[in-house]
Order: sequence, then structure tokens, then C-alpha cells
Amino acid sequence: MKHVKTLNTKKLQSTVKKGGCGECQTSCQSACKTSCTVGNQRCENR
Amino acid sequence: MVHQFKNNGYDIVLDVNSGAIHVVDDVTFDVIALFESHTEEEIVSALSDRYDPAEIAEAIGEVTALRDNEELFTEDVYEHHITDFKKRPTVVKALCLHIAHDCNLACKYCFAEEGEYHGRRALMDYETGRRALDFLIENSGNRKNLEVDFFGGEPLMNFDVVRRLVAYGREQEKKRDKHFRFTQTANGVLVDEAVMEFANREMDNVVLSIDGRREVHDRMRPFRKGQGSYDLIVPKFLKLADSRGQERYYVRGTFTHYNTDFSADVLHLADLGFRQISVEPVVAQPTDDYAITEEDLPVLFDEYDRLAANMVKREREGNAFHFFHFMIDLEGGPCVYKRLSGCGSGTEYLAVTPWGDLYPCHQFVGNEDFLMGNVWDGVVKESLRDEFKCCNVYAKEKCRDCFARFYCSGGCAANSYNFHGSITDAYDIGCELQRKRVECAIMIKAAEAELSGIAGAEIVEEEGNNDEEK
Repeated sequence: MKHVKTLNTKKLQSTVKKGGCGECQTSCQSACKTSCTVGNQRCENR
Repeated sequence: MVHQFKNNGYDIVLDVNSGAIHVVDDVTFDVIALFESHTEEEIVSALSDRYDPAEIAEAIGEVTALRDNEELFTEDVYEHHITDFKKRPTVVKALCLHIAHDCNLACKYCFAEEGEYHGRRALMDYETGRRALDFLIENSGNRKNLEVDFFGGEPLMNFDVVRRLVAYGREQEKKRDKHFRFTQTANGVLVDEAVMEFANREMDNVVLSIDGRREVHDRMRPFRKGQGSYDLIVPKFLKLADSRGQERYYVRGTFTHYNTDFSADVLHLADLGFRQISVEPVVAQPTDDYAITEEDLPVLFDEYDRLAANMVKREREGNAFHFFHFMIDLEGGPCVYKRLSGCGSGTEYLAVTPWGDLYPCHQFVGNEDFLMGNVWDGVVKESLRDEFKCCNVYAKEKCRDCFARFYCSGGCAANSYNFHGSITDAYDIGCELQRKRVECAIMIKAAEAELSGIAGAEIVEEEGNNDEEK
């Protein structure tokens, strides 16, 4: 595309089928203990 | 739902429901704003004073293609999935072990009230800790990765029990086909060679508490007699960070109303040599003098912008560092279930007091209304667990129209409760800051990407944006 650069290739919709294994890190066990930060957790089931 | 914003010279479009992020030129940015509510002719007519009609038509074509490919203007189709997901049996996979309700510092903003959590000073004994690990294993179902965070107060005031519990966990993981990920927090006072050697061998992550510049740190993190702790801890933290290869740790600070220029603290930590940095806004009652106020927000937004731009500059100079709240994984981030269900407090994540009581998370410890049970009897207040199980972005009115809902996943239940008396509300100042951080994180990704040919996609150094400390 000339006018658009899309940064990601994985769509959130595609994670509905195989997601939900629950093995990824709990957000408050990473660096924060006061602000819920889920979006930067790593998927364990890529 | 589509969120459009401009940051640091980039025109960015986030398609909330697919998670797609598009960096676009000006004409496309303006076309997208009109696309859903106007015909093609109306869009051309509305924008033809600013852009060549042929360019507008071309942009409309590309926007249409994105829509048809489900990367723009997608619908939210997840709500019924979360209902099914929540019907699954509850497992526990993470514990915050309050190994020490005591502390050797007297940090002014401590939600644990200098380690005591509105209660008595206490250290967890080995038997209670061991029972907590057994409780975790017994309730973890088929989850393999189990997380145990040694938290306080100051966990190193009970280091011997930490060591023994890790040894017990390692013994059990072989027998019961589990894998423990141990983590710990430390304020630095008791960090020594033995602690470093142990942490490097056993801890998946260590969180090292430091607020930034000496005067900022020492104002909020003094010893009980008032003396600052900065000079004691900095050399130890630097040594520990280096001994871990500058990975699997965070220096973690809190900013308050007294240092709304917190980007200087983040950059100070980077200049000291730390590469994994997290500095977060304090959460405090409005009556606290250090609490962040509505009036602070514009200043804090500028600070996040300044920090993000500076990080892009440093990255290009080969001097990059990670800032936890700007980290975003566009290819391997969490699945939609994780994003919808949030932090897991009160369900898969529980806090354990030194005497074995269970609470939904560390922030609720000390509030008897949230006492859920104990490590011997398990969760006995099932109504409370069910309440937390139903706490997700669809249960929160404020999240429904928020573009950041799949990044924060509804925010912190404790903050919501502390400000509004309900876990399904939201802490508004926290939400404002979260939205800003998501925008900055996306801008950094845009800057990292190859963007040749995209108009406007160039770094614009903001005035006053430099590496110097203020």
C-alpha cells in the first residue's frame, strides 16, 4: 500500500481459536504491582 | 472501534478489535475519520481543499481494502467467548507470598504502610510457606507454569525462609510435573553477594525498588530515622543488574505529585546504566499530599511524550533501554482471552499473608472484607472468587468505549475499589495515564518500523527534548 503501513500481521481475532491456555505470566508478577499491564505480556503458546 | 492519534510526527490508526495498527499519511488519516459516516463523494468533497482528489480516491481505496481484510472498522465479537471462558473451572497459578510484613525502610507512599499492611509486623514461617506452595500445586489443574513472587514489606528480611521455600519448590516441581517461576522484590538494603548469587540462580525476575534521581528517591524512600537510601542501594543494584547480564530484572520506581517531571528519573536510571526500567505513577488517596491530581495530567502526558521521543532517539544511537510501560508485543502478545479477563486477581492470582490467609491480591491484604480463606482450607468465600471471576472489560461500563481496553484489560481491581467502592469501576486518573502510555508505546513501534514512503513518518524532536537531567 502507498498510504498505509500496517505494523502487525497477527490479528486479535485469530487468537480466539487457539488462545486461552493460561500459561502466560500474571501481569502483577512482572514489574508492576500497582498498575494492571496485560498487553505487554508474552504469549507462551505461539 | 477505531482510535486515531498523532504522536511525534506519526499519524497512527488503531483498529481496537483486531489490534491492527496502521501508520498512515495525512490524507488517509483524514479519510479514515470520515469513512464510516460519509459517502466517497462526500469525503472527496470535504477534503479536496487540502488534498489532490486523485490522492483522496487512492486513500479511500486502501482504507476500503483494510476494512474488507478485517483490519479496520472491525466489530467486537469477543463478548460471548469470555462468557464461555469464565465457565471453565478456576485454577490458581500465581501467588504473591507476603514473606515479610516488615520493612527496613519507611517509604512514604507504601500501600503496605511500611510493611505492616494495616496489621502487625510478621514474618512468614517455613511451614506456612510450604503449605502455600502445596496449595498452589494442588489447585493449579493442568497449568504447568506456576508463579511465586516473594513480596513484602522487604522480602530479604526473611531471606532464609525464601531460600528454603525455593528449595522445596524445586524438589516438588520434578515430582509433580510443574515449573516454578520465582520472582522477588528488593529495596536493596540487604542485597549482598549471597543474595545476588541466589537470585541469579533461582529468580526468573527481580524487581529492584529505586525511584530515580537521588533527591526524588530519598524524599520518598528514607530509612525510619529519615536518612536517604539512594547511596546505599545504587551500587548494589548496578552490580546485580550487570551480574544478570542486564536481563530478567527491573529497576522499579514510583513517581508522585512531587516529581511530575519523572522522565528525568527514568533517564537518570538509564544513564546510571540500567537497561530494564519501570517507573509508575503512585496510587494514593486524594487526601495524600503526594497524590497525582487531575491538574498533573497534562504535565504527565507531556512527560510520557518526551520520554518516548527520547527512547526513539537513544535506540537510533545504539543506546536503547526498555521501559516496562512502553513495551508492547505486536506479533506475540497475549491472546484475546488474556486481554479480556485481566490480571487474574481473586481467581488465578492470590496473595498469601505471613500467617497463611488468602486475599484476591497484594493490594487487598489487610482489608478483612476481602479475606477469601487460607492455605489450609483453601478459598472458602467462593462468592468473592465468583465476583472476581466476572470482573472483565465487559463488566465495566468505562471500558466499553475505551480504545485501550485490550491493553490494560480493565485495569486494577484494587484501584477501582479504593476509589469507587466497586471492583467493576475504574480508577480514572490511572485510565488517563494508561491511554497515554499505549499511544506512546505504539508510536515507538512506528518509529522502529521501516517507514520509507509514508508521509509524515519522521521523528520530530520536540523542543526541550534532550538527554540532560533537569
